[in-house]
Order: sequence, then structure tokens, then C-alpha cells
Amino acid sequence: MKSIEDLIRNHPFLQDLDKTSIALMAGCAKNVAFDQDTYIIHEGQSADQFFLIRNGAVALESYAPGRDPVVFCTLKSCDFLGVSWLAPPYRWQYDARALEPVRAIGFDADCLRKKCDANTAMGYALMKRFVPSLMQRLQAARLQMMDIYGAPPTIGSAQDRAR
Amino acid sequence: MKQGHHQTHDSIPAIATVKTKRWEIEGVAIIDVKLSTNQRAWAQSKPGQFAMLYGFGVGEIPISFSTLPSAEGRVSFTIRRTGAVSAALTRIKCGGVIGMRGPFGNGWPIEQLAGRDVVIIAGGLGVAPLRPVIDYLAFGRSDANRATLFYGAREPAAILYTKDIERWRNAGVDVHTTVDTASHDWRGNVGVVTSLLSGVPLDSENTVALICGPEIMMRYAAEALKDAGVSDEDVWLSLERNMKCAIGFCGHCQFGPAFICKDGPAFAYDQIRSNLFVREL
Repeated sequence: MKSIEDLIRNHPFLQDLDKTSIALMAGCAKNVAFDQDTYIIHEGQSADQFFLIRNGAVALESYAPGRDPVVFCTLKSCDFLGVSWLAPPYRWQYDARALEPVRAIGFDADCLRKKCDANTAMGYALMKRFVPSLMQRLQAARLQMMDIYGAPPTIGSAQDRAR
Repeated sequence: MKQGHHQTHDSIPAIATVKTKRWEIEGVAIIDVKLSTNQRAWAQSKPGQFAMLYGFGVGEIPISFSTLPSAEGRVSFTIRRTGAVSAALTRIKCGGVIGMRGPFGNGWPIEQLAGRDVVIIAGGLGVAPLRPVIDYLAFGRSDANRATLFYGAREPAAILYTKDIERWRNAGVDVHTTVDTASHDWRGNVGVVTSLLSGVPLDSENTVALICGPEIMMRYAAEALKDAGVSDEDVWLSLERNMKCAIGFCGHCQFGPAFICKDGPAFAYDQIRSNLFVREL
């Protein structure tokens, strides 16, 4: 059976992280699992954890009253879940739901923040991994916002087909 | 002789009769037509080439083949109804006639796919010009190593060719789809098409990529492949810029030194990368 340190070391997001940092992170980590369709985090709640997904898929959702929830991103194994733990006010900004059974490494955010403050080399190493992923997600959000595949056609409707 | 060739094949439309028409998704129709003349010449068409389709009395637009013309002159086109001509073409009923000029353009570099891993990246309606090449890879006439299709659409209801996707999967093509946004009950991927690339290992030195979709999506996809180590000359993009005459006379589709209608529409990324970042072009 793999130790939590092994799982952290082998996760692609933390590839090449030094031994000291892995050991420090392991002190804040535990194995977690979520059944299909359970919510892992909820918007507005305290962002007291972050997750490295090992298996399964996670949907990030937003909702507005009177509308169905919208999935704006899905995450797979190798991805991380959760950014809000990094900066005040440490509150989740969206919901995350397990699309299929999910196994992950869960980190206690408060524990990890304290270790990052005390060990700035580890904090910097973590930031170097978060920032490129965040940039990619921002670029993706920009493209999605541009709606590059075009506005919904108002043509070819049922009315046209009946002609 | 060359001038005569233009007059008979490139400048004067052939007549084609609409045999079937169906709405593939909301606003996008697939029409299957049969050419009345010159079937043998049209049967030489290559994946990635296009025809100028003429809606009589309305106008002409470039549309890529979504299946290649057969020896009997049957060919299909996938048309999104966005303007007057596409509206006219998709309004035609079975038995109606359209004009067809072509085939035009260089097509995909089929000869370069043998022995290589082929990565196909399609966005939205951009999957239509890629359909013949995916068929070519899927059904055994190709010597390519393996084929992977990454396909992004606006939403689940906008995914084209769902039946073909199953056929391609069954034939060994590794198909990955994603949508920009989805409702709660969608179980597939959500995110831009380039996000799919990270989940599939690439043999970058042996990969040839074919990309078609909105230009900004192609730019991001080509850059993502570049970051993954695929060389620019192995990344091919199919461009679309205001093509009118399709034979390099009118200049409407000029893109730097090239005319997209006759020098393209498929270009290697190293030929066009710098111009893709010029806003004025």
C-alpha cells in the first residue's frame, strides 16, 4: 500500500517537488474519496481544503436562482481542485461535484498555509505549479467567454424544418 | 489550354441535384447532392478541398467537402445557415438544384500521414472539412500509425456527426470531445478543446496535426502543440478568409503573400504563424 508521501510524490501536479516539501505537505494530507454526484465543495463555504485528483472526474458548477446549474469546467485525474484556499477570504467561489467516483488527496488548507509561511521555498515551489495552471484556466475562460463557436442559431429551427 | 480549363471547370458552375437534406443539429444542414456532369473530374477531389456552391439568384459561398465526391458524382456538404446564400442552400428541397465549382484548394497533406501519429483538432463546424480525412484514417486506406481526434463544440447539442464519432471510435480512432458549457446532466468534458491535449501523451517528434475551427481556436491549438514539442511544419491549419472567386483572381482572400483559395486552405503553421498574429490581415 502506498503511503500518502508516495501518492503526493507521484501526482503529476507536484512532479519533481523536493523531498522536504513532500514530507511537509504529507503532514497536512489525507486520502479522500467521493461518491458519484456528491458535492465536494460548495460556493460560499469556507475554503479549508484543496485537492489533488487521483481518479475520477469533477464538474465545476455555477448557478443562478431560477436557472439550471451550468458546468463551466471539468477536471480529471492529474488536475488540482481548489484555488480559493490560497487567498483571503478563503471562501469557495463555485460548486464542485463528482461526475464519477473520485479519489483524491485532500490537504488541510490552514495547515498548508502555515507551512508555506514558515517554509517559503516550499510556498514558492507550490506557487510555481499553481500559476501556470491558473493562467491556462484564465485563458480557457476567456475563450469560453468569447463564444468562438458562434451565437446560437436562430435558424434551421423547427419552423424551418416544417417548410 | 489553362484558360479554357478555367472556363469549363473553375468558372462555370456544374449543376448538382439535391438528393437528401437533413438538419444535423439546430441551424446546420447536411445536403447530399449528385452532379450532372464531370463526375470523373470531381472524383479526383482530396480531403480538405472545397467547392463554391451557388444558390441560384442569390450567390456563391465556399463549402468544404464533408464526404468526397464519389465516382457517381455523389458528394455531401455540411452547411451552417448564417447568411443569405447559406440560408438559400439549406432551404432547397430534395430535387432542387444548386451550382458547384471546383474542386479548389490544396487539401490536407495526406501524403505526409504515413507512418505518423495523426492528431486532429476540430472546433465547432471545423469538424466538417476534417470528416473526409478522419474517414480516410478510420477505414483502412491510410498507413498512419494512430489517429486521435480532439473535438470541441459550443454545447452538447452542438456536437456534429455523433453517429460518425461512434463509427470512428469503433474503427480505432481515439476520440475526445469537449464543450464550452453544459447543463448539470452532462457527463462529458467541459472546457476548451486544448484542455484535452494534456490528457493524452503525444509522441511529438512523430506527430502530424490537422486543425480546423475558428481561427483563434486554431491559433491556441497550434501554440499548445508547439509547447508540446510538435514542430511547426507538422502542424496544418485550414484557413477561411472571405473567398469569392476561388481561383486567385479577385484577391479577397489574400493573406500576406498567399491566396487562401489557391495556395491553401491548408497551410503548415511555420508558413503562416507570424501573419496569424497580425491583426490587420
